[in-house]
Amino acid sequence: MSHDDTRKDDPTDDGFWNRRFGRRTAMKAAGATLGAAAFARAMAPLTELRADTSIDEILQRHYKELSPEDKEQVFARLEQEARDQYGAEVSISDPRPQPGVKFGYALNLSVCIGCRKCAEACHEENNHDRPTNNSYIRVLEMKKGSIDLEQGNAWYDHPVPAEDRYYMPVQCHQCDEPPCVDVCPVEATWKEEDGIVVVDYNWCIGCRYCEAACPYHARRFNWKKPEIPAEEVNPDQGYLSNRIRPRGVMEKCTFCLHRTRKGRLPACLEACPTGARVFGNLLDPDSEIRWVLENKRVFVLKQDAGTKPNFFYFFDN
Amino acid sequence: MTVTDGEGAVKVGCATCHTLREPSPEAVRDAADLEEFHAGLTFDHGELSCRSCHAPPGYDDFRLADGERVALRDSMDLCAQCHGPQKRDYDHGAHGGMTGYWDLDAGPRTRSHCLDCHDAHAPAYRGMVPAFPPRDRFLQGHGPASEHPAPAHDDAHPDRSARR
Repeated sequence: MSHDDTRKDDPTDDGFWNRRFGRRTAMKAAGATLGAAAFARAMAPLTELRADTSIDEILQRHYKELSPEDKEQVFARLEQEARDQYGAEVSISDPRPQPGVKFGYALNLSVCIGCRKCAEACHEENNHDRPTNNSYIRVLEMKKGSIDLEQGNAWYDHPVPAEDRYYMPVQCHQCDEPPCVDVCPVEATWKEEDGIVVVDYNWCIGCRYCEAACPYHARRFNWKKPEIPAEEVNPDQGYLSNRIRPRGVMEKCTFCLHRTRKGRLPACLEACPTGARVFGNLLDPDSEIRWVLENKRVFVLKQDAGTKPNFFYFFDN
Repeated sequence: MTVTDGEGAVKVGCATCHTLREPSPEAVRDAADLEEFHAGLTFDHGELSCRSCHAPPGYDDFRLADGERVALRDSMDLCAQCHGPQKRDYDHGAHGGMTGYWDLDAGPRTRSHCLDCHDAHAPAYRGMVPAFPPRDRFLQGHGPASEHPAPAHDDAHPDRSARR
């Protein structure tokens, strides 16, 4: 049927436009234009990406596949990025697990007063974003007699300890059966020989499955590029731990592996004013952590989740 | 007049005065009973009296419950004779913090003294104002047990639950 038939009621319309440019064509053209515009808008972040990333970074292989020479180049590039983006001179190291060491951490709930000095020390040691006061540790204020984590309050702002409350700092437990490692679609996170679960920030795609999988909310996501003044940057950095992370990747407590793999105490423990934290090698029968596990009333959080944490809580007698 | 500076550090040797004068017999348990010296001393340590720990003559040393004298530098033993569980925990690294190395083959470690945290005359650990909480964008102060509970229905974010 010819297009002329549709306009035969109007004698002045000879169907000129309808023959050349019908309604269907118009819809197709409009749809294609909108589609092209939407595609261009969606691709726009890629053009901004070029300012911050380099070909070297895009082509960088997974940490486990890097040779020592590759690592040197990667660390040099990252140190240069820290210079360019933060104005800070840093040195990135890569301490490997010591043989015969498996880290354990214990926390004395009878002694913790909830001062959050551990969270503050973590914030400074691990080069966290300043405006959000980010930290790997969250201290939950719990009602005495209850262990209901859903009722824990992480945002208390009154002098501590408060009446009828106890305080429970929570950070990554470096689980023996970590759900975060199981769900990562790209194997950007894995458990190392000394028990620490690490993240290769340059391999992580930022899907946040690990954050969803963790029963303890131990994982943090970098919604934006961290903002840190140059003079506050901690220059003693580890590739797998406290180097400044880019936007869009996951991160978590690493038991300060840039310190602990060299035998030092983690920053949170050094900051604790009451001595509620105990850290050491679970495989050493004479260590303090072993003494705590053998002599105190020790428990773990969400034991029924089957994660087998290496972070233990205890009360004094 | 006080023998301490503003922060409680003793500036004068005990024997400086107490070889010349005996401690006041009125002051058994509370410095408020004194008319001269040791003013401003707050005392709140159970049923102890001054001479429970401070040993005559001279009062430069301490004494244990059985009378054995303890030098100033060994004063942790004095606390330990009554607070055994805490001292046991301290010896096992579970009380009273540390800085340095967990691996003592790799480096040294510094431990606190009891008096670094506890005032011997009023040892109950005083509270602190905590460091700042995290600044979560959506949940700041709106956790279920916080002082500012979330409204039952969050109109700005109808699909977002107020509970984590």
